[in-house]
Amino acid sequence: MLPSFLLTSSSGRALTAAAVTACLATPVLADQTLDAVKERGVLKCGTALDVPGFGYPDSNGVPGGMDVDYCKALAAAVLGDAEKVEFIPLTTTTRFPALQSGEVDVLFRQVTTTFTRDTSLGFLSGPVTVFDGQGIMVPKALGVTKATELDGATVCVTPGSNSELTIGDYFRANGMEFKPISMDNFDEMRSAFFSGRCDVFTSDRTYLGSIRSVAENPDDYVVLDETLAKSPLAPVVRQGDDQWYNIVRWTVYAPMIAEEIGITSENVDDKLSEGAPMIQRFLGKQAEFFEGIGLEDDWAYNVVKSIGNYGELYERNLGAGSAIGLDRGDNNLYFNGGLHYPPPLL
Amino acid sequence: MIQSRPIGSAEDGPRRASFGLVRYASALFFGSKLNTAITLISAALLWLVLPPLYDWGIGDALWSGTVEECRAASGACWAFIGEKINLIVFGMLPADDRWRAVLAIVLMVSVMALCMVPRVWSVWLVPLWIGTIGVAFWLMLGGFGLDRVRTEQVGGLPVTLLLSLTALPLGFPFGLALALGRQSEFWLFRWVSTGVIELFRGAPLVATLFIASIMMPFVLPEGMNPPKLTRALLAFTIVAAAYIAEALRGGLQSIPPGQGEAAAALGLRGWHRLWLITLPQVIRHSIPGLVNIVVSFFKDTSLIIVIGMTDFLGAIQLAARDPAWAGFNIEGYVFAALFYFSFCYVLTSYAARLERRASHY
Repeated sequence: MLPSFLLTSSSGRALTAAAVTACLATPVLADQTLDAVKERGVLKCGTALDVPGFGYPDSNGVPGGMDVDYCKALAAAVLGDAEKVEFIPLTTTTRFPALQSGEVDVLFRQVTTTFTRDTSLGFLSGPVTVFDGQGIMVPKALGVTKATELDGATVCVTPGSNSELTIGDYFRANGMEFKPISMDNFDEMRSAFFSGRCDVFTSDRTYLGSIRSVAENPDDYVVLDETLAKSPLAPVVRQGDDQWYNIVRWTVYAPMIAEEIGITSENVDDKLSEGAPMIQRFLGKQAEFFEGIGLEDDWAYNVVKSIGNYGELYERNLGAGSAIGLDRGDNNLYFNGGLHYPPPLL
Repeated sequence: MIQSRPIGSAEDGPRRASFGLVRYASALFFGSKLNTAITLISAALLWLVLPPLYDWGIGDALWSGTVEECRAASGACWAFIGEKINLIVFGMLPADDRWRAVLAIVLMVSVMALCMVPRVWSVWLVPLWIGTIGVAFWLMLGGFGLDRVRTEQVGGLPVTLLLSLTALPLGFPFGLALALGRQSEFWLFRWVSTGVIELFRGAPLVATLFIASIMMPFVLPEGMNPPKLTRALLAFTIVAAAYIAEALRGGLQSIPPGQGEAAAALGLRGWHRLWLITLPQVIRHSIPGLVNIVVSFFKDTSLIIVIGMTDFLGAIQLAARDPAWAGFNIEGYVFAALFYFSFCYVLTSYAARLERRASHY
């Protein structure tokens, strides 16, 4: 019998069909990811290592970022050690086949959850780790405060990209003219924008933040409030392994719950001994509470101890303390006006 | 004596002029009206280009310092290269393991240098090469007593060297077999060789890389799957073999059939005929084509970026993406260009020497 991902994939269909005829050995069987990871002793996490803020090495070659940290969190949850993770660097083209073929156990790679990806590629998306979205940056000197005032603007776009489609749709829907200027890559786009060749720079908000931060005078530029397209970034697993899906899901929630109940990577050891019953339960003091998920009692403790709570995670990688310098905005917890709303433990 | 090129006649020799350097130069630069015009225009262009280039690259350049100082300076920011040199050379290899990459680089470069000295050429270089490649792979990937290096940690300069210095020597015997197979009188050899050559020469290298990197994990069961670097190496080797085969075929076809017949008449058997008579000439004739392949493959290793790996150039691009140091791509690319140019220049001048040496026979 073939695992479902081999039968239902659409973009990988040609590949898989050839692979199936070539050899009927199935790379990974469903329902076994947890055992496979434990036996291997290391988590294989598909990620990007060239996207600052999500996965990017510092000058010493040590990778960091939102996705990298979540990979570590999953390793800490499953194997008790955040360092037992192998990052498989993937491009936007290779990320989905790598998950389908079983080369990676999970994708934390800036994947936007969409209906088509969930249904036609045979994947399941976990909870959103970062609420991103396509934004618009303009020079302040333009005197524009709303995107609808951009009639006749020159827009730098990367040809064939999603953001090109979205911004075209947006201008047409609002009955506005615009002049697209095609740029091959973001480096060219950046210099074209800063030299004034185009009025509008459009991309994911997380990226706009990092671009703005390297301007000669960042205050000369402003990111407008409008979000042209939603971009909820989430981990992805293969269909057919419900236990693994639950593990990934709750690993995403764990740092959010920690922030909700006031646990940080610094005070987590103190909270082990004091702290309310709810906190004790979360940190694994109530024996067999987490039995159903197939992990050790202290998995959530390991997660928070190694990468911190969601607030720390965000500040370190995307927030004001990082080179990206983004506001928390939608990525606040619900009680601070954001969208992250981790479900309760019981 | 085997005669593989026509005996040089008097006017065939190098045009070494009998007059002095000054007269030679003045004839070259101002010999005719056209030459004078070209010389003057070139001089004017150089006058326009060189001083600003010098100011940017050397005069006003900043050799060390912080990113703020760099942004304030008007010249190049070489401090960027200094800041990122670990990332560029070693990729994401942890500091504790960098000695392994250094050792692998030193080993590969010195064995390559050794192989370039004609005096030490012997059959023993073959096992030496194979041993070196094995040790370099062991150092870079780990296992057998060394810590295993994780996929993401293999990158930078060692990847560029490992891929080009491994794929080409490994591809050579296969390429030779394919070239001979294509000339074979046995239809099966001929068809298979032609098929393999045309397939991998016809398909873009990127496609072959994608197949090796994406398809193999589908086909092989988990645990059997070789590391990403090995899969990339496999793709490079096959494609290199196809190109080498064609370069060698050119050499093979330039050998007059009479020579083989003459050797047979002298009582030499098939393998001896190939080894002693044909091959030395074939390789000599194929040197320009082979060097071409070496130079282009050395640079083509950068294509592994498309499967998510970082080689030397990839690491430079990666470094330039740091938000804290953004905007210094040009410095990075200039550095890369200098590196690739000097490596390829050494290679081509060596090949030119080799050709001159070969033509003495």
